Amino acid sequence: MKIGTPKEVFGGENRVAMTPDSAKQLQKLGYECAIESGAGAGAGFSDASYEAAGVEVIKTAAALWKEVDIVAKVRQPDATELKRLTKDKTLISFFNPAGNEEGMEAAKAKGANVIAMEMVPRISRAQKMDALSSMANIAGYRAVIEAGNNFGRFFTGQVTAAGKVPPAKVLVVGAGVAGLAAIGTSTSLGAITLAFDVRPEVAEQVESMGAEFVYLDFEEEGTDGAATGGYASVQSDEFREAQLAKFRELAPEVDIVITTALIPNREAPELWTKDMVEAMKPGSVIVDLAAEKGGNCKLTVMDEKIVTENGVTIIGYTDFPSRMAAQSSSLYATNIRHMMADLTPEKDGQINHDMEDDVIRGATVTFEGDITFPPPPPKVQAIAAKPKEVVPELTPEEKKAAEIAAFKQQTKQQVGLLAGGGALILLLGLVAPASFMQHFIVFALACFVGFQVIWGVAHSLHTPLMAVTNAISSIIILGALMQIGSGSFLVILLAALSVFMAGINIFGGFLVTRRMLAMFQKS
Amino acid sequence: MEYGFTTAAYVVAAVLFILSLGGLSNQESAKRAVWYGISGMALAVFATLIGPGAGLWWLSIPLIAAGGVIGYQLASKVEMTQMPELVAGMHALVGLAAVFVGFNAHFEIGNAAEAVAAGPEAVKELGTFGKLIAKKTSVEISILLVELSLGVWIGAVTFTGSVIAYGKLSGKVTSNAEKLPGGHLLNAGAAVLSLGCLIWYLNSGGFFPLFVLTIAALFIGYHLIMGIGGADMPVVVSMLNSYSGWAAAAIGFSLGNDLLIVVGALVGSSGAILSYIMCKAMNRSFVSVILGGFGGASGPAMEVEGEQIAIEADGVAAALDDADSVVIIPGYGMAVAQAQQNVAELTRRLRAKGKNVRFAIHPVAGRLPGHMNVLLAEAKVPYDIVLEMDEINDDFPETDVAIVIGSNDIVNPAAQEDPNSPIAGMPVLECWKAKQVFVSKRGQGTGYSGIENPLFFKENTRMFYGDAKASLDKLLTMIE
Repeated sequence: MKIGTPKEVFGGENRVAMTPDSAKQLQKLGYECAIESGAGAGAGFSDASYEAAGVEVIKTAAALWKEVDIVAKVRQPDATELKRLTKDKTLISFFNPAGNEEGMEAAKAKGANVIAMEMVPRISRAQKMDALSSMANIAGYRAVIEAGNNFGRFFTGQVTAAGKVPPAKVLVVGAGVAGLAAIGTSTSLGAITLAFDVRPEVAEQVESMGAEFVYLDFEEEGTDGAATGGYASVQSDEFREAQLAKFRELAPEVDIVITTALIPNREAPELWTKDMVEAMKPGSVIVDLAAEKGGNCKLTVMDEKIVTENGVTIIGYTDFPSRMAAQSSSLYATNIRHMMADLTPEKDGQINHDMEDDVIRGATVTFEGDITFPPPPPKVQAIAAKPKEVVPELTPEEKKAAEIAAFKQQTKQQVGLLAGGGALILLLGLVAPASFMQHFIVFALACFVGFQVIWGVAHSLHTPLMAVTNAISSIIILGALMQIGSGSFLVILLAALSVFMAGINIFGGFLVTRRMLAMFQKS
Repeated sequence: MEYGFTTAAYVVAAVLFILSLGGLSNQESAKRAVWYGISGMALAVFATLIGPGAGLWWLSIPLIAAGGVIGYQLASKVEMTQMPELVAGMHALVGLAAVFVGFNAHFEIGNAAEAVAAGPEAVKELGTFGKLIAKKTSVEISILLVELSLGVWIGAVTFTGSVIAYGKLSGKVTSNAEKLPGGHLLNAGAAVLSLGCLIWYLNSGGFFPLFVLTIAALFIGYHLIMGIGGADMPVVVSMLNSYSGWAAAAIGFSLGNDLLIVVGALVGSSGAILSYIMCKAMNRSFVSVILGGFGGASGPAMEVEGEQIAIEADGVAAALDDADSVVIIPGYGMAVAQAQQNVAELTRRLRAKGKNVRFAIHPVAGRLPGHMNVLLAEAKVPYDIVLEMDEINDDFPETDVAIVIGSNDIVNPAAQEDPNSPIAGMPVLECWKAKQVFVSKRGQGTGYSGIENPLFFKENTRMFYGDAKASLDKLLTMIE
C-alpha cells in the first residue's frame, strides 16, 4: 500500500507528518511513500532529501490524495480535503472528533477510515504514538523560550563585577506533559521554578524535575488522576478559592507565569485573574498555553502577544509546535510511524485495522461507514500507580506487646525443641550401648560447632566452602586406610579404590579452593 | 604407635578443620584457613598411616600419590565456570568411597565373626578393626549394622545423585526436570525396599540384602536428581555436599572413628545450611525443591502491560557515560556466555572514569552457591565491590544504571507485586527502582520458573538483545 503526506493547508502551519527518516522506517514496514512537493519546506526538509530517502514526490495535493491509500497529516482536515477521501482510504491526523461532528459525518459518508491522533489512549503501550504528549512537550519547552525572549533579564542568578543579578522566579501552573517540559527547561536555565497542579500525586514528579511544588492549605479528597486517564478534572468551588488565594499571594513575586491548565472538552479554567496580572511587576511575562481554549488568563488574546498597562507581556500563541517545525515534525512523524507499525503487525505493507486492539480502537473515529466515536473505555486502565495501602503505624505499647509475644513464642519453641530432643536422646540412651553413646556425644557436639561456624561464612565464599568441605569429607580415607591392612583380597581391593578416589578428592579439593581464594582481591 | 597418639592427632586435626571452615568468614582469613585444612588432613592421614591397624604402605602411599596427581591436574585445569561440575563430580567420589568402605566393614564383620568362632588364636590374626568388632556384643553389632547400612545408603544416593548433577551441569544430561513414569512413587517404592532390606540384613547379616539396598539407593539418587531442573542445582549440589558429610559420619560411627564423625558432621551441617540459605533465597521449601518443579500458580497471573523495547550498544554506552553509579547483576547467563572477563573489563573502564560500579549477587545466581563471586574474582573484579542482595537492595533508587546480565527470575518484580505468581514472596533484587535498567539477554524467553518477567516491560527498562559476550564486546569498543 502507499502512504502519502500532503502539504498542510492551515495557515502558518509548518509541520509535516512525514520526514525522510520516518519514510525509511515506513518502507521497512512494506509501504511505498509519497509526499506533496514542498510539504516539508516549512520544517526544513527539501524535496531532494525526500527523494534521497526513496519517497516519491508528487506535484499537487489532488494527485497525491488520489494516488495514495493512506494519508498522514498533522492538522484536522478541512472541507476540501475531506471531499478527497474515498472508500478504502485511511486518514491519520489530528481530527478533534469531539468538536468536529461535520468532519466525522463527511468521512462516514465517504466510507473512509479515520484515525484521530489525539484519541490515542493514554496507556503505557501507546506512549510511543501519543502525539498530544510529544507536541505538548515541545510547547512546554517553547513556552519558556518565548517567555525568555520577552523577559528583559537573566534566568539564572549571577554575581558579576557589575553587580548582583537575582534569579528569575517562574511559576508553572499545571504539571502535565507541557508543564513538566516547561519546568525542566526553566530549571535548567537556572530560574527558581515553582509549580502547581490540582493533582497532588504529581508533586513527586515536579520535585524530581528540580522545581518546588506549591501546596495549598486545603483538605479535600482529591480525585485520583488515574481514574480520569491521567487528566485533571473539575474542582470544587472551595478548592478553586484556595487555589486563587495562593496565586494572588505569589503574583507579586513571580517574574514569569506559564499556564498549561486544560480540562478535556471544556473551556480552560480561569486561574490567573486580572487583579493578579495587575499585581505583577512590570516586565513580567505570562505565557498562556491554554489560549486556544479561551486561556487560563482572561486577558490573553489568542495567537497574539499583548502588553498590559502595567507592563506585563501576555503571550497567547497557539502554534508553539509549529514554531519548532523541524523538531515537532520529526517527533510527530515518529508517532505516525509507530501507529503504522501497530497497524501493520505482519510488516507486509498491508493495513490490518484491528478493532479489538485497545489503542487502534480508541483512536479510530470512523470505520467502514460508521462513526465509532466516542470509543468504549479501554480494557486496560493503568496510568498512575494505585495508591499504596497505608500500613497503620503501631503504637509503642502495641510494638512492645508484639515483641513480648514474639519472645514468648520463641522461648516456647526453643524449650519445646530442647525438651523433645532431650527426651529422644534419653530414650536412645536407655537402649543404646555406652560405646555408641560416646560417639554420639561427639557427633552432636560436632553438629553444633558446624552450625555455629558455617553461619559465619561469607556468602561470597560459598563456592570455596563447598570445595573445602568436599576436600575434608574425603576424611573417609581414614576408614579405607584402616581396612587396607586386612587379609582379605576383596577388602584390600575396595579399600585401595577408596584410598585412590579420596586421594583425588583431597588434593583436588584443597588445590581448587586455594586457587579460588587467591583470586579474591581487594580493590 | 598406640591409640593415644592417634587420638591426640585426631583432636588436633579436628580443631584445624573447624578453624579452616571458620576462617571462611572473610576473604583474607580464608587464604590462611585453607592451610589449616590442608595440615589437618595431612596430620590425620599421617597419624592413621603410622597408627594401629594400617598396613600395606607400599599400596596406600602410591595410591594417594596417584590420586594426588589426578587431583592436581583437575584443580589446575578446571575453568571457573565449570566449578559446579567439578564439585558435583567430587561428591560422587566421596559417595562411592563411602559405599566401598561400608562394604569392607561388612566383610570385616563377617571375618571377625568367623575368627571369634574359630577361637582366640584366629582373633589375633585379625586387623585392628576386626579385633574391635570381635569384642562387640550382639546389640553393638546390630547398631553397627544399622550405621553401616545407613552409610552405604547415603553414600550410594550421593554417588548417583552427584553423577547426574555433574551430567546436568556439564550439559551431558538434559537439564530439564525428567521423571520416569510413576514419578515419586518409584522413589517411595525404592525407599520402602531399602527399609525392607535393612530389616532383612539385620536378621540375616548376609551380603545380598546389603547389595539390594545399595541398588535401591543408587536408583533413588539417579531418579531424584533427574527430576530436578538445572536452576535448582545450587540446592541440589549443597544437599549432596551435606549427604557426603552424613555418609562419612555414618561410616565413622560404624568404624568407631571419632574424627570421621566430627568431620562428617561438620560437612553435613555445612551443606544443610547452604541448602537452607538457597531455599530461603527462592522462598521455597526444601521438600518442594527436591520433589522438583514449580507449584502451580494460585490464581491468574497479573497482566503484563507494555512492551519490550530493544536498545543498541551505542544507547547503552551513552547512558553509562552519563551515569554516576552503576550496579551490575550477573546471572547464570553470564557464566554460559563466558562473559565475566568482558564484564570485568567494562567495570575497570567505568571505574577508571570515576564511576561507582558495584555488583549485586543474588544467593541463587548461577548453579552453585557463591558461583558468581568466584567467576568475578577470577576476572579480577575486586571483592569489596561485589555485594550481597541485602547489602545493595536499598541502594537501587539512587542508582543511575542497573545492568542485568543473564539473570531473569532473581530480578522479577512479580515476586513482590503479584501475589498469584509462582515466585511470589521470593526475595529479589529490586533493580527496577534504578533510574534505568539494561537487560542483556539472548532472546525473549522466560526464566527457569517459566513465568513472564514484568521487569522487561517496565518503562525504564531497555532490552539489550544478543549473546552477553558479543554484546559486551560491542559495548566495550564504545567506552574508552
